[in-house]
Amino acid sequence: MSMFGQVYVSNGKYRLKGDFHHMTPNIPIRNAEDGWKLMGVTNPRSMTYIHTYGGEAPFFEALGKGKLLGTRCDNEGCEYKGSVYQPFRIHCPDCLGRNTIIDMTATAKKTAKVHTFMVCERSGAFNILDKPIKFINIEFEGVDTILMSYLSLGDPEIGMKVVPIFRKQNPTYTILDLSWVPEGTPEKDLPENFGF
Amino acid sequence: MIKFSQQQLKVPKLMRPVYLVTAGQSKFDRAIPEKRTEELCVDAFTMASGMLNISAAELKSHIHSCYYGHFADHFGDQLLGEAVIHDRLGLDPLGNIGVKTGGATGGSTLWEAVKAVASGYSDCVLAMGWERMDEVPTDEGNFLISCAADKDWESPLGHIYTGYYAVMAQRYWQIFGKAEESFRRTLAEISVKNHGYARMNPFAQSPMSITVEDVLKSPVVAYPLRALDCCLMSVGAACAIICDEETAVKLCKDAPHKPLRIWVAAGSHTLRPADRRNMEIPLLPNEKPDQYKNLGREFPGGERYPGFSGFLGARMAAWYGYRMAGVTDPTEDLDLLELHDAFTISDVQTYEDIGVRPYGYGRDYVESGDCYHTNPKTGKPGKLPSNISGGLIGCMHAVGATGIMQTFEVATHIWNRWAEIHGDEKRWKEFNRKKPADWKDLQVKGARRGMAISHAGVGSHVTSTILMDPDHLIKKEM
Repeated sequence: MSMFGQVYVSNGKYRLKGDFHHMTPNIPIRNAEDGWKLMGVTNPRSMTYIHTYGGEAPFFEALGKGKLLGTRCDNEGCEYKGSVYQPFRIHCPDCLGRNTIIDMTATAKKTAKVHTFMVCERSGAFNILDKPIKFINIEFEGVDTILMSYLSLGDPEIGMKVVPIFRKQNPTYTILDLSWVPEGTPEKDLPENFGF
Repeated sequence: MIKFSQQQLKVPKLMRPVYLVTAGQSKFDRAIPEKRTEELCVDAFTMASGMLNISAAELKSHIHSCYYGHFADHFGDQLLGEAVIHDRLGLDPLGNIGVKTGGATGGSTLWEAVKAVASGYSDCVLAMGWERMDEVPTDEGNFLISCAADKDWESPLGHIYTGYYAVMAQRYWQIFGKAEESFRRTLAEISVKNHGYARMNPFAQSPMSITVEDVLKSPVVAYPLRALDCCLMSVGAACAIICDEETAVKLCKDAPHKPLRIWVAAGSHTLRPADRRNMEIPLLPNEKPDQYKNLGREFPGGERYPGFSGFLGARMAAWYGYRMAGVTDPTEDLDLLELHDAFTISDVQTYEDIGVRPYGYGRDYVESGDCYHTNPKTGKPGKLPSNISGGLIGCMHAVGATGIMQTFEVATHIWNRWAEIHGDEKRWKEFNRKKPADWKDLQVKGARRGMAISHAGVGSHVTSTILMDPDHLIKKEM
């Protein structure tokens, strides 16, 4: 019986358990308008990648705990010391020093607003969000960059005040654990598994 | 990077004049089940040799090194595809290298090819680009394209690249389009124009006679962008031969055209728009130091540069390219453009980035009629026609080939061979396409200079390729 591929790290090495790929036969491709002559073949393949978050791991771990982490350059020698980054950047793009991780949950709750947005009716394969997906780009006071995420309730508008919500139950440990709702949304209206 | 150092603003210099002597391309389509990629590359190459009235074998004998543009290995499930094509073209054991910069792969391939000749490493090189996007269903294709966004921060949000442009479209529409419905109609007009020009192009994948209403009623992909605002997913190949002066003269001895001077410059910007930081607008030669001081007052919300409404990569590709080639005003100095109309919104954004219109006024390039072959408002030739090939919306976006196709199309006008190449009945027949009864000669009369913009991601890599008739250089000493 097959099981999903699972990975853990021990002694600095990946340890693998379960099935990481599934075999499916090749099927011929034939020309219906020319005597069903052979044109090619399908090459089915199902694989599981093993991906490290590296220095961004604290960000993705924190989402499931209801925290939004950003980073700040604290290098005294950097011309841009004090710059705050969300998305989380491991290194300062100017001095390449290691940034300090900061908890900016409170800043997000107080100052987040929609910079721009779009409503997505179609998606690529492997999308797991319900359509239409409401992409929003969020600006924060005192933060140099603008985060891309998605709005779970309401209709987006430029300048709209929003607050973060976190998938604290059954987190996926991906960026999808962070979403946003209009300011003033009651907790009872939040999507399943999400909380403030 | 927020501020540039002097060294970073050095005007690039080619160590000797470089020429485009010929180019060629295959048919472009959503799927080409009857041909392998190597067959499409051979089609492009033999067309290029045919353009010079010499055999493929003779053209090959001049080539010293090869530059191959192919972006998405994961579409074709083939690594080192460059080695396959190189072997099938019979070019072993010459040195070759693969180039990958997303949608700008074709332009970047030319960038590398030009530098190889300019440096003296080679006297004659092949730049060949291709893409094969028919080996997966469309939704999986969209997933694979979305892998060109940040895999942890962006791709999981719908796995659809159109979304990343749609947020820019929304912001641009609200700020610079002042939320006017007329701006949305102007975007739609770009699609109407480009699909319409594709009707005259036998190589083109999506010839359509449509109206603005058709575009506005087409299915929403990512609001405000609709299906007809978006570029194509394509299969095909294109190539160019780049030479020094001596080889160029030799190769064009029996050709019906002369070699063209070529310059390529490049710029870049963050893969994630989220990472864009504020900065001063780098100015092009046709802009004044205080030109944008009131931009935020004129267009509230437009003070943030490049924000989500400009492409710094395109601005820098033009910044370097214009200075290399002596262009002081693109609208006056150039006769036509091929732009990277991945989406109608990015076409408008690019007009501003390359200085065809000032920031905030891109829509005027369409609304004035300047971007047309024949200005619909005056009935006279358009001031600076763009995307007569049909562009990425009407002709193709076979990613690795796109920038080379654009350059080829610009060259056909400067060579005054557009009608011969696009009107040839035999070609229409060979591609199993019907030449329209109202086929029109879209040659830009008297074209001497043109430019192609090749663009990747949400502006991560951009190149500007400038072509000039050597008898009409802007600066003689260039």
